[in-house]
Amino acid sequence: MTLLIGSIQLGLLYAIMALGIYITFRILNLPDLTVDGSFSLGMACAAVVTISGHPFLALFIAILAGSFAGLATGLLHTKLSIHPILAGILVMTGLYTVNLAIMGGKGNISVVGSKTIFSMVESMVVVPGGMGETLLALSICIIVIAILAISFKTRFGLAIRATGDNEDMVRLSSINANVSKCIALSTGNACVALSGALICQYQMFSDVGSGSGMVIIGLASVIIGETIFGRRSVTIGLVSAAFGSILYRIILAFALKIDMFPAYALKLISAVIVIIALSGPSIKAIIQQNKIRREVQTVKKAQ
Amino acid sequence: MLALTDLIIKLVVNNMLDLINVSKTFYAGTVNERKALNSINLHLDPGDFVTIIGSNGAGKSSVFNAIAGAFYIDSGAILLDNKNISMMADYKRAYDIGRLMQDPMKGTAPSLTIEENLALAYSRKAHKSLFALNKRDSEYFRELLTRLDLGLESRMKTKVGNLSGGQRQAVTLLMCTISLPKLLLLDEHTAALDPATALKILKITTDIVAESRITTMMITHDIKDALALGNRTIMMDEGEIILDIKGEERSKMTIEELLTYYSRERKKQLTDDRILLA
Ligand SMILES: Nc1ncnc2c1ncn2[C@@H]1O[C@H](COP(=O)(O)OP(=O)(O)OP(=O)(O)O)[C@@H](O)[C@H]1O
Ligand SMILES: [Mg+2]
Repeated sequence: MTLLIGSIQLGLLYAIMALGIYITFRILNLPDLTVDGSFSLGMACAAVVTISGHPFLALFIAILAGSFAGLATGLLHTKLSIHPILAGILVMTGLYTVNLAIMGGKGNISVVGSKTIFSMVESMVVVPGGMGETLLALSICIIVIAILAISFKTRFGLAIRATGDNEDMVRLSSINANVSKCIALSTGNACVALSGALICQYQMFSDVGSGSGMVIIGLASVIIGETIFGRRSVTIGLVSAAFGSILYRIILAFALKIDMFPAYALKLISAVIVIIALSGPSIKAIIQQNKIRREVQTVKKAQ
Repeated sequence: MLALTDLIIKLVVNNMLDLINVSKTFYAGTVNERKALNSINLHLDPGDFVTIIGSNGAGKSSVFNAIAGAFYIDSGAILLDNKNISMMADYKRAYDIGRLMQDPMKGTAPSLTIEENLALAYSRKAHKSLFALNKRDSEYFRELLTRLDLGLESRMKTKVGNLSGGQRQAVTLLMCTISLPKLLLLDEHTAALDPATALKILKITTDIVAESRITTMMITHDIKDALALGNRTIMMDEGEIILDIKGEERSKMTIEELLTYYSRERKKQLTDDRILLA
């Protein structure tokens, strides 16, 4: 039970990162690799500010920092015409140094003993079994999804969705597609950094290496959600990404629990999930083709 | 002072579009050097509907690209409604210029619905509203779609990717004209469609242009259409305008005469294998 609750809590907190990935990968249709860096960035900012005694401010600083990281990638891509994947890698690489600098040159710092939003809720709500933490994580997740879902229904949100779909058409409609891209990248990475900040306060430490592989974990969550809910509207997509994240954590926790895998297998599993999901359409096509081939052959034989 | 002279010019002179000595050379100084536009001069009055013909590579699309800002011109000036737009970014020019390409896939976002596509195009001139979709706009879109007479008014929530090429092109046509631009550029916008659909889209085009009185330029490879539609016809070759006819001269012009003129003027046959003579 504690295992289940623990993975639901983690799933909800990582869900916010999955939302960020959903925005860049699915809505903007742009593989953004800044994520690994901006997750750690959120953690680092949150750790330092939390230690100074401002757990809420820590989250806002993380959001701000993440959005700047996304903006940097966006500007490299739109203003300097650097390939988006490379732009993301460049910012991610640069962020490694930035993150270390924020943490005063240390690879990891602990926030144990500082006030966090989770410790505050636990001390306020007197329900046993970490219920307060779960509710807090759930409310944050719902609030973020609601804000994003509403944003994507506005004119500007529509412009971002259209930019991911057909950039030329957006320009023909007199909308600056570059602005759409930068804002979407900003928003996505703000989500990722917020997720990093929450994980930092939840796990009571910040590690400069925590972000590595986050892109794939987030993408795996998005894909798990899509296999359950299908690819439909943006609102459903956001909700399904969050569900995917929770499911991912639950599957992972139980796989580790029954010693199916050692803990360090986590990233390989994520990679395999993404590969399987991405190969789905082509495998389906191959099966379909073989079926047609067999049918044609039986027809020939019958003749 | 400047503003006053601008105003006087606007009142006295009837200008919608002016190309003044517009030139563009691709790959200048290399073996691939290609003069796409050679000192083009063109003046359009408000409400003009100009058809443009010419062989492959004549520079027809390049004129549109220059006007819409797909590239910046090497020299000369482009004035839209007396405003110099030569150095303006393409998306800013799009505020007053609607453009339709040959490829029906280009002008719409396939995974957005018809309604969402129209809303995006309309955001140029729509009333301020937080949400992209709202009742008032939807009613307006439905009305416009009904006029197309393609049954699309009942499919506003359908993704544009599920429409046929002709239906997509019709939706794109609405998107290009929905915010009443000063200039409409049509680049062989029916060429990728089957003849029956092409005819229908052309009919819709002329209806919309006639009603909205938007100044329009239409590239076509159908000489018959070129002479029948609009009020003026331009022929281009090798980056130059070699013929510009309107009024009586145009109404008396026949396809044969036009072809003879071309071969006499350019000392060669009109070599566009897509040019329709019928
Ligand atoms: N972006 C570009 N880069 C290099 N050359 C170009 C470019 N655009 C046009 N050209 C060249 O300029 C010339 C004019 O091309 P343009 O597309 O304007 O012809 P067109 O009259 O539209 O022909 P078509 O009937 O085939 O569409 C061609 O020789 C073409 O190769
Ligand atoms: Mg062309």
